[in-house]
This record gives sequence, C-alpha cells and structure tokens, in this order.
Amino acid sequence: MLLWGMTGMRVIRVLSRGAVALVLACLAGAALAAQPEPWGIGMQPAATEVASDIRILWHIVFAIVLAVCLLVLVLLVYIIWRFNAKRNPRPSTASHNTWLEITWTVIPAVIVAAIAVPSVKLLYFMDRAQDAEMTIKVTGYQWFWGYEYPDHGGFTFDAVMLADDKLPAGAPRLLETDNRIVIPVNTTVRVLVTSQDVIHAWAVPAFGVKVDSVPGRINETWINADHEGVYYGQCSELCGVNHAFMPITVEVVSKDRFATWVREAQTKFARADGTPVQVASETR
Amino acid sequence: MSDASTAVADAGLHIHAHPTGWRRWLYSTNHKDIGTMYMVASFAAGLIGGVLSWIMRLELAAPGIQYISDPQAYNVMVTAHGLIMVFFVVMPALIGGFGNWFVPMMIGAPDMAFPRMNNISFWLLAAAVVLMLMGVVTGVGPGVGWTVYPPLSSATYHPGMSVDFGILSLHLAGASSILGAINFIVTIFNMRAPGMTLHRMPLFVWSMLLTAFLLLLALPVLAGALTMLLTDRNFGTTFFVVAGGGDPVLWQHLFWFFGHPEVYIMILPAFGIVSQIISTFSRKPIFGYLGMAYAMVAIGVIGFVVWAHHMFTVGLNVDTRAYFVIATMIIAVPTGIKVFSWLATMWGGSLTFPTPMLWATGFIFVFVVGGVTGVVLANAGIDVQVHDTYFVVAHFHYVLSLGALFMIFGGFYYWIGKMSGRQYPETLSKVQFWLSFIGVNLVFFPMHFLGLQGMPRRYVDYPDAFAGWNMVSSVGALISMASTVLFLYIVYYTLRHGERCPANPWGEGATTLEWKVASPAPFHTFETPPVITGRT
Repeated sequence: MLLWGMTGMRVIRVLSRGAVALVLACLAGAALAAQPEPWGIGMQPAATEVASDIRILWHIVFAIVLAVCLLVLVLLVYIIWRFNAKRNPRPSTASHNTWLEITWTVIPAVIVAAIAVPSVKLLYFMDRAQDAEMTIKVTGYQWFWGYEYPDHGGFTFDAVMLADDKLPAGAPRLLETDNRIVIPVNTTVRVLVTSQDVIHAWAVPAFGVKVDSVPGRINETWINADHEGVYYGQCSELCGVNHAFMPITVEVVSKDRFATWVREAQTKFARADGTPVQVASETR
Repeated sequence: MSDASTAVADAGLHIHAHPTGWRRWLYSTNHKDIGTMYMVASFAAGLIGGVLSWIMRLELAAPGIQYISDPQAYNVMVTAHGLIMVFFVVMPALIGGFGNWFVPMMIGAPDMAFPRMNNISFWLLAAAVVLMLMGVVTGVGPGVGWTVYPPLSSATYHPGMSVDFGILSLHLAGASSILGAINFIVTIFNMRAPGMTLHRMPLFVWSMLLTAFLLLLALPVLAGALTMLLTDRNFGTTFFVVAGGGDPVLWQHLFWFFGHPEVYIMILPAFGIVSQIISTFSRKPIFGYLGMAYAMVAIGVIGFVVWAHHMFTVGLNVDTRAYFVIATMIIAVPTGIKVFSWLATMWGGSLTFPTPMLWATGFIFVFVVGGVTGVVLANAGIDVQVHDTYFVVAHFHYVLSLGALFMIFGGFYYWIGKMSGRQYPETLSKVQFWLSFIGVNLVFFPMHFLGLQGMPRRYVDYPDAFAGWNMVSSVGALISMASTVLFLYIVYYTLRHGERCPANPWGEGATTLEWKVASPAPFHTFETPPVITGRT
C-alpha cells in the first residue's frame, strides 16, 4: 500500500518538493492558476477585486498572528532555558504586576481594533453588487447545480460533475462539470443562490465567493472577474452522500465570446418554464 | 485535629458502608469512584473516536475512494467522530473525570453536594453513548455532521431511526451535563472549607465553576432545538421546514447559541489544569490570579454573544455580521491575558519538566496557534474564503485535539499518582508526549495549507492537487496512533507496576489541598473540613 510503504527516499523527495513549492509560493504571484496546486500553501490567485482584497487582509492578519506566535515561542524557549531549575534554583515570589497586566490587556485590544477596521470595511464591500450588469441564478440540488440566465432570455441548464471515465485529457478530477457557467470578463455579475432541497454552498475560491444555498431563501453575492480563464469551486456545505461530487466550473471569457456563447446557449438550453427563449431580451 | 473530631469522623465513616463489587460502581455516590468511571468511559469512547479518525485518515491518505466505498458511511464517521469526541471524550474526561475527582478535594469538601444526582449524571451519559452507537449502526446512519443541520437531518433526507437515536442520545447527554453542572455550582458555592474564599479557590475550581454555568445556560437551548427537530421529524411540525413557514437557519442560530459556548466548555477546564500544572512545576503561585479568574469569566460571558461567526455565509444581514466580527475578536483579549499570565508564572520560576509540565508547555504553544487562527476566522471577509474548508478543521483541532486533549493527558499524568496511588513511568511517558506532539502537529498543520488552497471539509474524496499535504497528514495520524498505543501500555504499566506515589510527589510547588491527603486518596477525604488561612 502506498502510504504505509513509503520509503525514506520517497519521504525526502516529497518533502523537498514541498520545500520547492514553498519557495515558489514565497516568490509570490506566478501565473494565474484557477485551481488548487500540488503542495500549495496559500490561497489560490485572486481573479476578482474582492478576492484580492481578501488576500490583502489575510496577509495583514497573518503577519500579525505570525508575530504573536513567534513572540510566544521565543518567550517560551527563553523561559525554559533561563528559568530551568538547574539555572534558577530559587523561584521568585512575584505574583502580580498591575502595569504589566494592563499592558498585555491594552496592546492586544489595540491590535484587535486595528484588524477590525479594514476587516469590517472589506465585509461591507463584499456584501452586494453596486450596479450589477447582469444576473445569474444558482440553484443547489442533491447533487448538482442548476443555473439560469434571467437577463439573457432566461435559459437554464444543469451542471453535473464529469465522471472520471468521461474526463477530457488534462481536466482536473472532481472539478470539471458537463456544462460550464460562462460569464464575461470585467463585468459585475450578480449571483443569486438558493436551494431546492438541503443546504449547499456555492463557492469559487479564486473569486473570493462562498454563499450558502438555503431552501426558502435567495442569497446574493457578486463577481467581477478581471482575468479570463477557467475557475473551479466545490460545494462547501455538507449536503449528503455526494457532497464531494458537485463541483462548480466557471469560464470567464471576453464580452464578445460571451455574446456568442449566449446565442448558442439560447438555442441549446430551454427556459426554466419550458417555453422557447426570447432572444430579444438578451441585453438590457 | 482533636481526638473528639477524629472520633466524629470515624463515626461518619461507619454511616457510609462501602458497597463492594459491581454495587460499588453501579450505585456509587462517591465523587472519586464516579470520577474514575467518567475517566474510563472517556478513554473507551476516545478509542472509538480515535479509530474512526484513523479510518478517515487512511481513506484520505491518497485521492480516490480506496476503502470507504459508500460516501454516506464516510459522512457517518465524520458525524460520529465529532459527536463522540465532544460529548463522550473531552467533556467526560475534563468535567466528569477531573472535575469530580478534584473539585471537592481542592475546596476541602467531603464530596459533591448531590451525590446521588452525581450517580445519575454518569449513568445518563453511559446510556447516551449506547444510543449514539445504536444510531450509527441503524439504517443509513446519521451522515449529518456534528452540527446536524436540517433539512439534511430532516426525515425527508435522513429517513429511518438513526438521526432520532442521535437526537435522543444528545438529549440524555445534555440532561447528564445539566445535572452535573448544577452539582458543581452548588458544591462550589456551598461546600468550600472555612477560609476557602472564592478568591482563594484554585484556578481549576474557577474553571469548573464557569464551565458549569456555561453548561447550565447553553444546554437547555440545544435541548429545545433538538426537541423541535425531533417533532419536525416525527410529528409533522415545521420549525425548520420552509414549506410550513419554518426556517432551516433558525436551527443554526439555536445550535450555535449552544455550540459556541460548548467550545469554551471544552477548553475552560483545560485552562484550569494548565494553570495548576504550570504553577506546580514553576514552584510559583499563578501570576495575576485575579486577572486569570476574571479573564475566564469574560471569555464565558462573551462566548454567549458571538455564535453567528459560524454563520458568515448563510446570508445574514451585513450589519449583523459586522457586529459578530467585532464581538468575536474581543475574545482574543482575555485569551491573551491567560497566555501571558502563564508565561509570567513560568518567568522567574524554578522550572522542572516532568511529563505533565511537558504537556502544559506544549499546550501553551498549540493553543496559541489554534487561538490566532481563530482571530483569522473572526474576520468575516477571510472567513468567506476559508469557511467550511480544512483551515477551519485545522483551527478547531488545534484548540481541541491539541489543546483540550493535551490537558486530558497532562491532567492524567499530573493526577494519576493521586488517583491510583501509583506513579507513571517517566521516560516512557516523555516519549509518548513527543510522539503525540509530533504526530498531531503533522496531522493538523498541513490542513491550514489545504484549507487556504480551498479544500472543503467533510469530503470523502478530493481533487488530486490536494494529495501531497493529505499524505503528510495521514503519516501524522499513524504517528499519533503509535502514541495512543504507547499510552495504553503506560496506563497498564502504571496501574500494574507503577511505583508507590507519596502524598505529594511534586514538592513545594504543589500547594492545592489534594496533595495534603494520602495517595491514593482515601475513599472519603476532608470529612472534617480543613481550615484555610494565609494570603488571598
């Protein structure tokens, strides 16, 4: 068996690959990838302003918490070395120090307040779209996603995960669907999310988007992708047997290609109520 | 103690005849015996929960479905692992086990205030374990996660009796905990020895007092929610059913109103044990005692008003989310006070590092790691990115599987001499600590990377890119497994061959009352209350 039979050489190879990945990740950015990378240690590259703001806040908070961890670690190591019974046979009797205690209450409070300001600002920015140019509606089902384009004639289609044997060469396992959602680049897209059965969550890491699909509710989020490409996400709320097998595949294309795709989709897919798509209502 | 009072104490002993054999345990009203039963139950449940986690790590070691061909079975394991570890391992060990054993002794009380209620608390818990296991093996099993969110947990999506068994199990476990909480509160408020003022109580007793209040206030809310779910499932009510005017999100509010205090219920007793151990092996009193006690009060109080930070993606009003961001981050302040006070207690001390102190020192570090990732998650913006990913799994395991569990081990090594009269083997136990420390860090640290990359939790199979860190994590699980096997041997060795433990094996640093009585602690202690004097 692979795991328990791992030889020493393989462990070293695996670890050195991890180290290389670490260095590469530290060198930052690299090319825009839209899916998880082997040995990746950070967030997927951002493809929207929201996602890059999330990464900025994360880096700020991470720097602070890393500093806190290192401070505690250094103090611990120093204390263990300096106040070892061998080195310090007679313990002090100090049991309190008001100013010290006030200091370690106030400084963390200030740090927390400093984090809260940009955090809340980001929260309000992410909340909902300003002047959305188009809307797509997402419906969660056990175990696939349904999509509707109400501003483009209301055509609708389902996106079901491609089984391993149907996967085109090079497509990632468990992430590719039979129909991709297509959205235009540099366009504010309002995303309405609901569910037809249990709670699911519609998430695309590169967009910084995750929103629960709750039966009886319509939740709202938004995307304005600034890079063309294919982006992958997965259901992010336990929804039963095939929870791991209802991915999200989003293709961000140029506005021209989007218009072409819409025309094809209008003939390929039916409307939600089964009547023919009204092509005239394509743009608003 | 005068001769007269000794005579009275002896007369007291005759009133409580010792039952023997199975009657001693089944009918037990003795806090030490009940504490021991809680410990044994917790260790047994811990092995079940542990085996489940190793099976899951075995499955997740490589991408693709290897061993668990039915994803529902995987979901059931996720559920059972979570519920067992929370309700039947961490809580019974820290509260029922160490709490029962040492709260009465530390405050100089002869027993708990309501000994018979103490008995029923334990046996309700035992019944709850049985119901939970019945739920797991009934029908398709409860593949709903420990959070039991409807509609997935409704009769439509989980027909059969398995979820009902789970609900009834949690009801019993909750009733058990509420009775236990009442017992602790009454004991601590009414049965302290003369001179044992609230501000002289050891911090472990403080932690148990606050834990008891959290239990008393949080568990009835869970019980209410569970009852609603039970009637939704069986009697056609629609509390959580949209078609009947109900709301699935209501469940999440009620569940997390319980669920968030619950995490403090699990960690506060651990705080108490760390404080005792650090003080003992630094040979110094706790630094900033009052700050420590009231930091726990603050954590307990604020812990009740932060629940919706578990729900940042369900579609709450943005102002509501902003409130929960800020309220949650405030908890970092009293938590920081605790960490710095532990460090200051060690500062200037005369430190020795027997096994309990290794666990306590290890606790400080891993708890800080788990704590700061909590601050990260408190930011709703970042939470949207990593909510329901392995980052969250890493965070709460650092606090619980490394934090709370470390102090179950730490408390075991610290007190086993007092409980059994025999001391653990030092070298072997240190090996067990290091195996465990390396193992669990290897299991959970890479999960931060997986979560940041976007790997969702509760997945039986994952995209191939996540394979590397999952393999590392599973190797860590193998090391943890080795450490658990070694621990079982250490328990056996200690009870069978351990050296006789003196009344106080730790020297002048161990100042609390349990070290003033013989080891093993006599069946009845402090029948005549000791008088506590000295500085507060």
